[in-house]
Amino acid sequence: MSAVFESLTRFYQSSIGKKTLVALTGAMLVLFVLGHMIGNLLIFVGPHAINEYGHFLQTVGHGMGVWVARIGLLAAVVIHIVATIQLTKANRAAREQRYGCEATQVASRSSRFMIWSGLTLLAFIVYHLLHFTAHAGNNYGSYMTDLDGHQVHDVYKMVIAGFSWAPAAIFYVIAMLMLCSHLSHGVSSLFQTLGLATNKTWPIFKFVGHAYAALILVGNCSIPIAIWVFGYGH
Amino acid sequence: MALLNLHLKVWRQNGSQPGHFQDIEAPEIPDHASFLEMMDIVNERLIANGQDPIAFDHDCREGICGACSMTINGMPHGPERATTTCQLHMRKFRTGDTIWIEPFRARSFPVVKDLMVDRGAFDRIMQAGGFVSIRTGSAPEGNSIPIGKDVADAAMDAAACIGCGACVASCKNASAMLFVSAKVGQLNTLPQGQPERQRRTLGMVRQMDAEGFGNCTNQYECEAACPKEISVRWITKLNRDYAVAAVKDIVGAGRQQAGGEGGD
Repeated sequence: MSAVFESLTRFYQSSIGKKTLVALTGAMLVLFVLGHMIGNLLIFVGPHAINEYGHFLQTVGHGMGVWVARIGLLAAVVIHIVATIQLTKANRAAREQRYGCEATQVASRSSRFMIWSGLTLLAFIVYHLLHFTAHAGNNYGSYMTDLDGHQVHDVYKMVIAGFSWAPAAIFYVIAMLMLCSHLSHGVSSLFQTLGLATNKTWPIFKFVGHAYAALILVGNCSIPIAIWVFGYGH
Repeated sequence: MALLNLHLKVWRQNGSQPGHFQDIEAPEIPDHASFLEMMDIVNERLIANGQDPIAFDHDCREGICGACSMTINGMPHGPERATTTCQLHMRKFRTGDTIWIEPFRARSFPVVKDLMVDRGAFDRIMQAGGFVSIRTGSAPEGNSIPIGKDVADAAMDAAACIGCGACVASCKNASAMLFVSAKVGQLNTLPQGQPERQRRTLGMVRQMDAEGFGNCTNQYECEAACPKEISVRWITKLNRDYAVAAVKDIVGAGRQQAGGEGGD
């Protein structure tokens, strides 16, 4: 038991071990982001579709499903953030004296900005959960509607109300730009860290990473922009 | 032959004391001189003026030993692709240019003097697993182990690493992953390297971490700076080999067969 624990500790303490965990938790979050976006786009199908979807998420597995997902995502987010902060601190410490003349040959801007795009996303996640999940500072929790004879939470009305307020819509768009930047390096990068890239497949991974980041940006931004700029749902 | 008038900003440092940039004028440098020959000319003038010459590493001056270092205008070995400092020529610069000359900067490469750094960390990483154990005695028959041409070629690509440290110097995080991956990959690719594969992978990575190098963030500055064009796919392989070795280490695979707590 203790020998296994010792090996696990050594794995976590190693640079590659930590990076592997960052890649695996990143992969979970990458898939979550896509699922979350597809679900949210139901708002364009109409109030019934998104309210039914919201009700399904709340009740799946007798209400346990949502908690399993929440705990899993929370664990992934915590591991992803703790490991990357430790890695970043080690990276800063590895070069105490900076170059007088700094040059960058191939590193993308997104790749050099990962810790900052990531920390902005952390701030966004906290705000997002307070805004639409905990309903802090708003009365969205009291919005109810009739769904096939059941009284359910009115997700449609909540989203329309949430994005009708300009500062929220703007912050969401900024956060999605950060997410796009983060994904444009992170998605292809996880294939490298997990040892799955080859010379043949690397250009595909790189393209897929950029396309994925763009897809998430367009899909997620379409909602606040449609509501705030074009008055969708009013 | 044209003569170049250059302005140098050279890092001067004595051991662990704080360093600084010194402005040195380098007039009338022949454009067919190599970068190191330019440094020689500058040093001869400094000595003639009773000043302290600039300390820098050099050895073969034909691009194969890995001794010369220097970060030139922010790029290890200068702006030319796949070129060591000794093979960089002054015709690549223009008269009037300001050239920044700095050591390979990393906490794990402490400055000895001026542009010379101690790259002993690489030696200690090699000692941690960069070898194969063989019986000594009479030379074995060369063809007794069949090795496919593609495998031999791949191992040779990794073996092209001269251990100069440009990967560390160029990396935004001063990571040694390209060096370590080339050395691990070369031996892990060949049949002779298989018996110690797991121990080597874990041991060299552990030593790399212990030396205080940074962590790879997949930005590939190392590959761009490498004078031997070592591919970052060796890092992919090291990541893969390390994950496999770590899982085997966690579950203890390979130990029971050996009948006890053998190996690492």
